[in-house]
Amino acid sequence: MGEIADLLLSATFWAATLRIATPYILGTLGELVCERAGVLNLGIEGIMTLGALAGWMAVYQGAGLWTGVLVAALAGALLGLLHALLTVPLGLSQHVTGIGVTLLGTSLSYYVYRMALPQVSTPPTVEPFQPFAVPVLSDIPVIGPALFTQTPLTYAALAAVALVAWVLYRTPAGLAVRMVGENPAAAEAQGIDVTAVRVGAVVCGSALMAVGGAFLTLSAFNAFFFNMINGRGWICIALVVFASWRPGKALLGAVLFAAFDAFQLRLQQIVGPALPYQVFLMLPYLLSILALVVMSRRAAYPRALMIPFRKGERH
Amino acid sequence: MLFEPRAHPSAALRLLAPAGAVVAALALCAALIAWTGTGVGEAYALLFQGALGSRFALAETLTRATPLMLTGLAAAVAFRAKLWNIGAEGQLYAGALVAVILGGGMLDLPGWALLPAALLGGALAGSALLVGPTVLKTRLGVDEVVTTLLLNFIVLLFVSMMLEGPLKDPMGMGWPQSAPVLPEAELPRLLERSRLHAGLVLALVAAVALWIMNTRTTWGYEIKAVGANPAAAGFAGIPVNRVMLKVAVLSGGLAGLAGAAEIAGLRGYLTLDLSPGFGYSGIVVAMLAQLHPLGVIAASVFVAAVFVGADAMSRTVAVPNYIAEVLVAVSLLCVLVSSFLVRYRIRRSP
Repeated sequence: MGEIADLLLSATFWAATLRIATPYILGTLGELVCERAGVLNLGIEGIMTLGALAGWMAVYQGAGLWTGVLVAALAGALLGLLHALLTVPLGLSQHVTGIGVTLLGTSLSYYVYRMALPQVSTPPTVEPFQPFAVPVLSDIPVIGPALFTQTPLTYAALAAVALVAWVLYRTPAGLAVRMVGENPAAAEAQGIDVTAVRVGAVVCGSALMAVGGAFLTLSAFNAFFFNMINGRGWICIALVVFASWRPGKALLGAVLFAAFDAFQLRLQQIVGPALPYQVFLMLPYLLSILALVVMSRRAAYPRALMIPFRKGERH
Repeated sequence: MLFEPRAHPSAALRLLAPAGAVVAALALCAALIAWTGTGVGEAYALLFQGALGSRFALAETLTRATPLMLTGLAAAVAFRAKLWNIGAEGQLYAGALVAVILGGGMLDLPGWALLPAALLGGALAGSALLVGPTVLKTRLGVDEVVTTLLLNFIVLLFVSMMLEGPLKDPMGMGWPQSAPVLPEAELPRLLERSRLHAGLVLALVAAVALWIMNTRTTWGYEIKAVGANPAAAGFAGIPVNRVMLKVAVLSGGLAGLAGAAEIAGLRGYLTLDLSPGFGYSGIVVAMLAQLHPLGVIAASVFVAAVFVGADAMSRTVAVPNYIAEVLVAVSLLCVLVSSFLVRYRIRRSP
């Protein structure tokens, strides 16, 4: 038990937690923005894959790291636009369209990767983002090294939480997003263009998800490989429910989830071969389901989630 | 631009729409093929040749279509009731796992009982895996999309654990694979010198049975009513939750059967690469078929042909075989759009 207590108090553990949490924070925020506007985006897994590839590809071709992030965001926004056009003006099933977008995003990424690197056994790496120690703050014991010696995308993810929260609750645009997700007919009566707001929200949310994917190739693994998103997108969807569609709780959920993930990695080393390693790998997924069960009881879904809205059509 | 509902889309339109969508998908993917420097016409000709151009190719395509037909039916029956079962991949592996255990003779069953036990056990395992999320959905309002998806990962890890643990074949040279099933638990071959097996017959029978259920029985009507409007169905006296559970048993069972049939008919033993995403492709198959059981037969042959043909093509020319997945994904999106165009006509704004 002493070992576990030491672990939970160590800076390296919390530094790892924040690193693991970064793609979840960005993905969950992105999904949250889509869902707040009333659009379920099951394309997230494919959008993250495409973001991971696009960002890596840009840097591999010689672009700067931040350009890579921008390229990833643009690729994600484009794929998000496809999902938005199919689900918002056309009102197609958000479930099925999302699955289609995921299949397209992943298969297109794999195809492009194979085209770029026809015969490579070990994926080539790029020079990734380096950790940046914030002056003064990083000298605080424990918290300093954990919180303030991360790579820039982790800081960006934390900033994105604040930004999304501010936009959603303090700006007219945020009000419009929340209104079209709750009651599009009322929003329309207020002169809000429901279609435009929903499409805009899905495009922006998808860009965030794609940056979450790009974190994996530009900050964590330095390379692109198949199946690299590995269900992270789906877990983000569970985390949105856990967060009750609130950005602050999304951060909390992502960090708790990542802490659990970092914990099981360490626990694996401590417990060793007493349990098959697959048991530990299952835990995050089981935990997600458990979180869904607990939170779904009082989940306050955006009321127009998954309900298409066509101007002038009665509901 | 305005969308105006068509009151009665003609039958011709409804039949032509998916075909048009597939043509559109082929045209869109031509750009990706042209990028490789291979002639588009040549590539598609090779793909067609590799999928349907010979007795061998045709048998391979039908072999590949068999599990897709079953997972496609699994998705079609669930989606009709708006039960969003995205977990067919996990249900398939659960079915395969149970089939390998029962077919391997771990229970002391008489020889004649091995095959039925493996198939039925596999189907039940798939059912069981979907019943859980369905109960969570109907009782607690937990979204089944996420739970069934996450279960896919859990089941695969569980299978991996079994293959490296209790089910590991001592003769497997250290590979994580199970011991093969006994010869009595194998499905017969349909065609000499091919891998085509009687699983295809099972899938075809299942498709026809589901079609009859949909069109001729109270069950089919209830499922349709629950899918169309659960509140109204409940008001009309249909036990919505019970219908959902029946659908879950059917849908999960079909996906589980897909796994069991792959074991009994094709592989004989279980590995972690049993399915190259048959569960997910099944969703595409169901959508291409517009959730129609007989349409699933055609759609699964189409999707299988794309995969088998793309494999053959990529052996000859420099087009990566991932083109198959892109083609299938683009086809799905095109079919969605075409289904919209069947239901609505586009009018310029007044």
